[in-house]
This record gives sequence, C-alpha cells and structure tokens, in this order.
Amino acid sequence: MIEMIKVSKWFGLFQALKEVDLSVARGEKVVVCGPSGSGKSTLIRLVNRLEEHQSGRVIVDGVELTDDPKKIDLVRREVGMVFQSFNLFPHLTVLENLTLAPVWVQQVPKKEAAETAMHFLARVRIPEQADKYPSQLSGGQQQRVAIARALCMKPKLMLFDEPTSALDPEMIKEVLDVMVELAREGMTMMVVTHEMGFAKTVADRVVFMDGGRVVEAAPPAEFFSAPRTDRAKLFLSQVLGH
Amino acid sequence: MNWARKNLFASWPETVVTLLILWLIWKTVPPFIDWAFLDAVWRPDQKACRAGEGACWGFIAEKHRFILFGTYPYELHWRPLAATAILIGLWVFSAFRANWKWWLSLVWVFGLAVIGILMWGGVFGMRYVENERWGGLILTLLLTTFGLAFAFPLSILLALGRRSDMPVIRGLCVGYIELIRGVPLISLLFMASVMLPLFLPSGVTIDKLLRAQIAMILFAAAYLAEVIRGGLQAIPKGQYDAAHALALPFWRRTCLIILPQALRIAVPALVNNFIAFFKDTSLVLIIGLFDLLSTVKISLNEPAWTGFGVEAYVFASLLYFVFCAAMSRYSKGFEHQR
Amino acid sequence: MANLEERRIASGLGFLGREAGFEIGESAFLRYSAADSYLRALLVGITNTLAVAVIGVVIATGLGTAIGLFRLSRNFLLKTLSAGYIEFIRNVPLLVQLFFWYAVITEGMPGSREALSPLPGVFLSNRGIFFPTFSSTPEMQGFNFVGGAVLTPEFAALLIGLATYTAAFIAEIVRAGILAVDRGQGEAAHALGLSRPQTTRLVILPQALRVIIPPMTSQYLNLTKNSSLAVAIGYPDLVSIANTTMNQTGQAIEGIAIIMGVYLTISLSISAFMNWYNARIVFK
Repeated sequence: MIEMIKVSKWFGLFQALKEVDLSVARGEKVVVCGPSGSGKSTLIRLVNRLEEHQSGRVIVDGVELTDDPKKIDLVRREVGMVFQSFNLFPHLTVLENLTLAPVWVQQVPKKEAAETAMHFLARVRIPEQADKYPSQLSGGQQQRVAIARALCMKPKLMLFDEPTSALDPEMIKEVLDVMVELAREGMTMMVVTHEMGFAKTVADRVVFMDGGRVVEAAPPAEFFSAPRTDRAKLFLSQVLGH
Repeated sequence: MNWARKNLFASWPETVVTLLILWLIWKTVPPFIDWAFLDAVWRPDQKACRAGEGACWGFIAEKHRFILFGTYPYELHWRPLAATAILIGLWVFSAFRANWKWWLSLVWVFGLAVIGILMWGGVFGMRYVENERWGGLILTLLLTTFGLAFAFPLSILLALGRRSDMPVIRGLCVGYIELIRGVPLISLLFMASVMLPLFLPSGVTIDKLLRAQIAMILFAAAYLAEVIRGGLQAIPKGQYDAAHALALPFWRRTCLIILPQALRIAVPALVNNFIAFFKDTSLVLIIGLFDLLSTVKISLNEPAWTGFGVEAYVFASLLYFVFCAAMSRYSKGFEHQR
Repeated sequence: MANLEERRIASGLGFLGREAGFEIGESAFLRYSAADSYLRALLVGITNTLAVAVIGVVIATGLGTAIGLFRLSRNFLLKTLSAGYIEFIRNVPLLVQLFFWYAVITEGMPGSREALSPLPGVFLSNRGIFFPTFSSTPEMQGFNFVGGAVLTPEFAALLIGLATYTAAFIAEIVRAGILAVDRGQGEAAHALGLSRPQTTRLVILPQALRVIIPPMTSQYLNLTKNSSLAVAIGYPDLVSIANTTMNQTGQAIEGIAIIMGVYLTISLSISAFMNWYNARIVFK
C-alpha cells in the first residue's frame, strides 16, 4: 500500500528524515513511535504530500508522489488523515463537515453524502451530534467526528498523526476504541502515537524512530518484551514507566 | 526550470494567468520606458518639452528648488536644506533602540532649537525670514514632527482617560476621540483655519501655520489614543494585578510599569500611524499652506510649464514614497526584532 | 464673542432657506439650479458624497479582495505585482494620487475629436468618460458629446483615486485575515482532497471573514471621509459645497457644524452596524 524508499527530507539545513525505508502492506496496521523530534510526524505527512520529500521515493497504492498535482490529488482521495488538533471546520455543523469533501471532490449527490455521513457518525457513536457545531462538542467527540469525516471519503488507507495527544485523559479511551474497531474491520492504518496499549492491541508492526531514522521495527510482542537497540530500550522505559 | 514550473505554470489556470500578465507587461512596459526615459526631455527647456513625445523631466530640473523650499529666499536655500538634514537626522537617530535613553529628549530640544535658528534667522548675522515664506519639504517635516510631538502626550492622556473609572473623564475622552475620528481631517483644518480667529479678541491673530498645526495635533491625538488603548489592553492582566499589589500610586504605576509595556507593544501600529500622519500633512494645501504637495501644484501654475501635471505628480509620489517606504521598512524590521 | 458680532455672523440655520445663487458642476441624483436654496445645495453635496462613496466602496472591495488573494497566490508574477501595487499605493498620499489621476485624465486623454473608444458607445476624452444609458447613446456634435451619461473628469479622478487607494489597504486586510486562519484548516481540507480554490472558498474565506469585517468597515469609513478631498479637485461634494456656502454667507460655524454632523452620522451608523454584526456572528 505504502512504499517509502530511501526517503530524506530537509527543513532548510536541518535533516528531518535520513534515508528512511518503510513499507505498509494492504490491511496492515503500523504504529510509528519515538521521542519528539524523531521525524515521525514528518514521515506520516509525506504520505499525503502535506510535506514534500527531497530525495527517495514515496509510492502510495501504486501512484508515485511527485510535484505532479494530479497524482497528489489521486492519492489524497484514497488516503484519509486524522490530525492531533482535529482541524474540524468551525463554521460548519458536524454533518456539513462530513459531507463537504464527498460533495465537492467526489461529486456525490447531497442526499447520498448525508446518508453516508450519518452512517459513519453512528459508527463513531455520536449520531445525535450531527447538527451541532464543533465548538459545542468535547475534545473526544470532536476527534471522533474527525475520524468519521475522513471515513466518509471511503479511503483505502488511514493516517493518524498523534490522534490522542491533545485530549484530556478521560477522553482518550473513546477515540482509541473507535480506532481499534476500525483496525479490526481491516482498514490499512499508519498511526503515530504514544499510546502503547493501542500498539499492543492492534499493531502488526511497531516502527521506532529516532533522529530521523528508523531504528527498530518489529511486531509488538517482540518490540515491547525484547527491544534490541539501546535507544528503544531507553524510550520504552520512559514511556511505559509512568 | 523546476522553479518556473512550480511558481508560474503550476496548473492550467495559472499558466493562462502567467501568459496574460506577460502579454500585459509586453504591451505596457516598453511604451512606458519610451515615455519615461528614451523620449524624455531632461533639460529645463520647455520648448523642447512641448515638442517632444516623452516625459518632461526638465520641468523638475527647472522647478526643483521651488518644490523643495517654497518661497524661501533663493540665495538662503542652504538654511532650509541644513534644517531638513538635521530634522531627518534626528528622526533616524531616534529610530535606533540603543538611543532610547533619557537624554534623547535633550538631543531633540537642542536639534529643534538649531532648526528654529536656521529657519527664522535674525541672529548670528543671518537674515530674518518670516514663517509665511517657509515651504516645501521642511514644512511637511516640521508639521509632522511638531504634530506628533505634541499629539503624543495628549494621546496618552486620552487613552488613560478613556479607561478611567470616573464617568465624566471617560465620557469626555470617548466623546473627543469618537468626534475627531468620525469627521474628515479637512473639516478640522477648516475649523482651525476659520473658527479659531473668531474666538479671539479682536486685534489678536493667530499665525496660519500655527492654526494648521493645532488642527493636526488635535487630529493625531485621537488616532494615537486608540493605538495606545490597544497597547494598554494587550498587556496581560497579571501586570495590572502585580502593580496594584505593590501599592504604587496611580501615576507611578502607570509611568513605571504600564505605559512602557503598552508602548512597546504598540510601536508597529504607532509607526503606521506616523506614516499616515506624514501623508495627511498634504491636506494643508487646501487651506493655503505651502507644504511639499502645494509647492508641486503651484509650480504647475506658471504658464510656460502648465500641462506637465503627470510628471509633477509622479515626482511628488516618488518623494513621498521614499520617506514612507523607509518608515514602513523600519516598522516591519521592528516587529521581527521582537 | 465681540468678534462674532463684529462680523455680523447671524448664528442659526436660517440662511438655509435663502437662495444659493451658485451653480453646481454635477449632481448625482437631485436636480438643482442656482435659484434653489442653500439647503438644497447642501443636499446635492450630500448625495454627491454618498454617490462617490458607495460606488467607491464597491469597486475598492472587489479590487482589494482580488489583489489580496493574488498576493497569496503561488504564481510568482501575480504575487510580486500585487505586492508592488500595495507597497506603492499605501506609501503615497491620497491627495497626490487624486491630482495624478486628474492630470492623467485632463492632460493625458485626447480631446473630444480624437476620443478613445474601447467599446462601442463608450468614449474616453479629456472631458470625461461618456457611456450609453438605456435611453440614449453619446454622439459627437460640434465640439462635444451629446446624449448618454458622463463621468466628469472630477468624478472619475476622485472615484479611481479613492478606489485604488482604499483597495490597497483592503488587500492587506484580506491577506491578514486569510493568514489568520489556522494552518491546520487548510491541511485538513487538502487531506480530504479539496483543491486549492475549493479550500479557499469553502473553508478559509468563511473563517477569514470574521477577522476581515471589522477593519474592512473601518476602511469603508476612511474612504467616505477621504471623499472630502473632492474639494481639492473640484468635485462638488458636501465639503466643497459647504465651503462655497460658508464663503458666500459667512456662516462659518454652521457650515462646519453641518459638515461634521453629516460625517459623524455616517461614521456612527457604520460603527453601529459593525457592533451589530460582531454581536450576531459570535463563534457558535
């Protein structure tokens, strides 16, 4: 589904990603973790071209990402993204947030889009909030709406960029539950997160990054019980300690 | 090539736009260069100007002394020139944060005194020149400088008064600010020009320049007051709490803690207002003072040189642009510094 | 007070009923002749002011919004040219620009005989811009055009100057408003597959409007106040006509009070509208 080959990215003189190789197969769930500044957010944002790579290749569902706007468009329609800060459109109701893209990008008729939207709202368990504005919802509810919004485009792949990092602790569970369900239904997922519980439950592979490189990659059972590198060990002791 | 692809031809609509703009440039820039440079007449020869196709910059060559110095005696032009240089120097000197010390006001007082001596004369063997004959660039700069100098303290009082708890003071300040900001500057200039003499005992006259200056001061004070009010509001409330907790009396509190912070926050907006004020001095033309724009307009009245308004106002635009753009650069640099 | 009596300035508005005795160059809406009262003359001034202000606001808004959006475009030429426009226009006094446009029209345009005609029925000459109305079309007769409607050089210069000047400020307001919208909004929209124009129209602009409207109305007010510069180029707006009235009747205080009163009413109305709008559009 995703192929990243020797991908490097610079921000000015600072190299954020150093020849990263990564691949995600269809139906696979990959969790990317690491200390802050390790490049994990940058990496995931390369997949739908919110960031551009300077060297190497990024291929999503057979389409190689370059400067070509048509290819970028193609990829973005197939890839859904959930952000740390939700990024719901505050001037639109929840329902309007969900139907905007299907109507304007996929030319889905309004009625059909609304039905799809209600279906996914039910999936994330807040169908009654359809006519409210995002500011009237709690953080956890907003993030679930964001997930539903991405799902309304019927993507083949879902990206999650630290989806629970901006939530109060009591709301993290409701969002993770939705993500677990999504995973169990077979969605291909790439998730950047600190929630190790989620990784243990759902991930097929855990990718640990540090300093712009992939330091270790292994199935969760292996990664959590017997990390091979020192940096991974250090990270785990810090994250799981508390 | 890659740069061109991304920045000029990124999509079909953008390509069309780029081509359209390039075509427009092709159609307008070469004729403009012909008019402004190649066919232009640079010598102050009005016959050649009228015969020619291009711009008549000779008009500027002929009239620049009048435009810059107005009706100041021709042989004494070195005096307003020196005064202008000193005034610009004072402004530039004050622009550096390093110079924001207590002695800056003394520097200004001294500088302005020197300027006054140069312009009026009457001492040190220099001939006296009455201020009715001052004009051009120095007049614009003096109006701006004195306008801002007196408006500034007034605006601080207005801003503080607007936030006062005493309803009478607050009402007066709000009323003043809203009144001045709601009417055009020209009406204030008329008011000062026409009404001020009416309220004086007969026989006493106020100098026309002074009347205009008063109007400009009252005008600027209202606008600057709003900028300072913005600065006062932008200070975190904790600062006010801390100042109160230290039991400082009102003026101490205000001058030592509140105002320095408010003013620092307000500097970019203040400079923008200074620029606008500098441009507004051009309105004194309407009540008959000889500022820079006025001298440009009057120089067109000479029969030999009428009809070159376009050249004249392009020149005026460039002069003002140089000053305003410099101040604008400064303001932007200031924002980044913070 | 002795001064006032000396000059026999009869305080009061009684003079408004007297015959004006002067001609007015043009009137946007009302018919007027020298035999009409001062009051009518002043009303003509007010309507003339409103005419140029309203049309000016419409043009300035359209032009300013376009330039503001161009300034944010990816296209290098568009970006640079609009930035240059904004920089230059904002740093030159409006009065200079008005004189410039007036000079362009009266000196730069050809005489009536050689008038430019970019569109059928539309003529540009140093006497003004002539264009057809629903009932008649301008035609050359003798030395001038007859029929159709005309934008006098004074009106045209004032309108062009005010609109282009204010547009530069509006462009910066629009740009600041759009930049004020959180970056994440654009990213989310792009991640959903919306194109750049779609993102701007559906997601960014609606949110930007919140930040744009207050300073925008402030600029509308500025444009209205700036129209008072008409007195310098001979367009008979309120200030211009009030000035003539004051000169003829000597009623300086009343004249200035009328000018200030009218402008204050306009500016307080615009402020009131703004407060109403702000209260209504509280972020839901």
